[in-house]
Amino acid sequence: MSRRPRGKLDLDPATVKQARALARKVGRPIVTTAKKHTTVAVERATLRLAGLEGADAEGTPWVNRLMDVVRADTGLEHGVALPVWDALARGEAADLVTLAQKASAGSVTFRLPEGRDATRARTASRKQVGRGIKRIDQRRVERDRMIKRQGDAPRTPWIYLIVATGDIYEDIPQAQQAAREGADVIAVIRSTGQSLLDYVPEGATREGFAGTYATQENFRLMRAALDQSGKELGRYIRLTNYASGLCMPEIAALAGMERLDMMLNDSMYGILFRDINPVRTFVDQRFSRQVHARAGIIINTGEDNYLTTADAIEAAHTVTTSQLLNEYFAKEAGLEDWQLGLGHAFEIDPEVPDSFRMELAHALLARELFPDAPLKWMPPTRHMTGDVFRGYLLDGFFNLVGALTGQGILLVGMMTEAVVTPWISDRDLALQNVRYVMNAAGELHRDFRPEPDGFIVTRANQVLGESLELMGRILEHEHGLLDAIADGTFGLMKRPADAGRGLDGVAKKSSVYYNPASEILEEA
Amino acid sequence: MSEPVPTAGFETGASAPSSTTGEIVRPYGDTTGDGMVQISFTLPIPHSKVAEGAAAQLANKMGMDPALVVHAKPMGPGFTFFVVYGRVHHLVDTSKVVVVERDYPLLTPKEANAAIKRALRRRLTVVGACIGTDAHTVGIDAILNIKGFAGEKGLEYYRELKVVNLGAQVSVPQLVERARAEKADAVLVSQVVTQRDAHLLNTREMSAAFRESYPSDRRPLLIVGGPRFDEAMAGELGVDRVFSRGTTPGEVASYLVHQLTTQRKAS
Repeated sequence: MSRRPRGKLDLDPATVKQARALARKVGRPIVTTAKKHTTVAVERATLRLAGLEGADAEGTPWVNRLMDVVRADTGLEHGVALPVWDALARGEAADLVTLAQKASAGSVTFRLPEGRDATRARTASRKQVGRGIKRIDQRRVERDRMIKRQGDAPRTPWIYLIVATGDIYEDIPQAQQAAREGADVIAVIRSTGQSLLDYVPEGATREGFAGTYATQENFRLMRAALDQSGKELGRYIRLTNYASGLCMPEIAALAGMERLDMMLNDSMYGILFRDINPVRTFVDQRFSRQVHARAGIIINTGEDNYLTTADAIEAAHTVTTSQLLNEYFAKEAGLEDWQLGLGHAFEIDPEVPDSFRMELAHALLARELFPDAPLKWMPPTRHMTGDVFRGYLLDGFFNLVGALTGQGILLVGMMTEAVVTPWISDRDLALQNVRYVMNAAGELHRDFRPEPDGFIVTRANQVLGESLELMGRILEHEHGLLDAIADGTFGLMKRPADAGRGLDGVAKKSSVYYNPASEILEEA
Repeated sequence: MSEPVPTAGFETGASAPSSTTGEIVRPYGDTTGDGMVQISFTLPIPHSKVAEGAAAQLANKMGMDPALVVHAKPMGPGFTFFVVYGRVHHLVDTSKVVVVERDYPLLTPKEANAAIKRALRRRLTVVGACIGTDAHTVGIDAILNIKGFAGEKGLEYYRELKVVNLGAQVSVPQLVERARAEKADAVLVSQVVTQRDAHLLNTREMSAAFRESYPSDRRPLLIVGGPRFDEAMAGELGVDRVFSRGTTPGEVASYLVHQLTTQRKAS
């Protein structure tokens, strides 16, 4: 046999093809379901794209106020656009804010327009929502221009650091300092529980629980600060936030309009880990991914979460499966390979013999299975014990796997994980660790060829095989993925399609349903 | 080969350690009684000779004498990180150590699952909610959601716990009804809003309702939690346990297991 091995793992192209075919087969019915439904969050995102901002005196956003009244009058199933722009055309108010104010005061009644009235509403809504999409397009062009002018991150992996003070005005200097210390990407962790709020808070916020609220104003403030840092440092600093939870589509729209660069955006995370209704999640997911595709935003998927709850060896194939599904859902929504920060993590118990070889096998599998995706490599958390010295070593090995397998985005591990939120010295030491490994072994992947039929190659192929089996089992369910999620095939959680948070915000589209944002995004 | 752990400082001589009378110890570097410790910290000043002197001064004030600044590194323009080794002269008397013991053992999820399986031979059912107008599900979600809190997985993660999270703005009658329908072993209520003592009023209303609709020996364990509760108020509020700020899912799970598998032998 003198055949040249394919890549470092010699993955069988037919098996890889079959894996993608299975993912498509699992994912397609979900897309069909998503297309048939809308949610309050998708409709509110549409209003945001049309330029409706701000909140009432109690802090309830006008998009929620308006949505609630429209829903009470005409239902959710026709979408928000027809009744709202019909009311504007009828002269009920001069603009959306006034309309929202009047509606919440009870002085406007909405109706579902028909015939020429419907055509008029459709045209007007498309024009106005189109301006929001245009703003997203302009922000994308602006990003490209700034990267050209300021310069891009000097190398891959991009170094990804987190700030999480709860106070946007504390986050800003911390983020700027992190950029100075070498971060290429800053992620602002959200306040605990924001994913379960069915509205996006307003304005600059100074109080959060273990994180800072994602608001349009906070996005704007941090973006401006990092643009300033980029200018100072001569490299564009990317900004990350979370398009997840009940307001995923709205957050995605805000991110696009405020030029965020990466968004956490997993197809199943909300269902499994937040008990959000599956249908709500898949509908919101699809819309938010379409927005991200349009905005040139890189998504980060959440496969690392599987490994924080399940065993990282036993559950390795669930990561691969989820990556394949995330890839399918992403591409279906228009995202390109360079936008797929598929997630995975270094979470094997370090006491297990050969744990490092196994980590290497898993990371290499992700790399070879998705050769053109940036991949998001997540550091150990589960086996960080508070022994900071041992943790520092573990992070070094994590960095080494990153270097050996060409990861695109490296979330910097902190030796004080599970002890404190990172101190200035923790961050500095962590970055020294990354720099040392990249400097010493950054090119080692050129020399690194795992033994054909050796431990690493065998293990990687085994995980891929198990992933195919898992997808096969999913397809044996009557309703495929939805049933599999319901019976706990993923992770440990059973999440039936007719339960979970946000279910009452889902409706089957009527025959006259219209959403100008979806229409424009689908055309792309 | 394990050597005997050196414990006593030389002031006490080499007498055999006794756990009842306690002992006098000091830190151990490489020689019994050397008192060597190592610390690291950051000072908000640029790196210079003065900065290193400042680090030594701090270490001296902390009781390290001599203090050896073995490493100093600038961190950005205005900060310096130090590693200091040195000797402390403090003695620790283990007989004077006071530890607040919790009245239930902390269990890992695995141990908790095993204990439930062993004692109940079925899953333990927990119903959780935010009652009244309180819409802050942060607390109940941190405890119940699999995502968890403070690095610990929530109760949903426990295989032997059946978790029914009713979410926010649940009325007391709804809660009682659901608890009955689910045959709840325990009811967890979270209250964040404290305006006009709403958290206390709601909790009393809740405990009264459970007392009314259950015979006293069949009533589920009632647990209330929130950042402003006083943990000593359980009796006054008519609940079995109050958890305050910083409580982790593991603590709640351990308490549930302790109460329901040992003391009450839930039927």
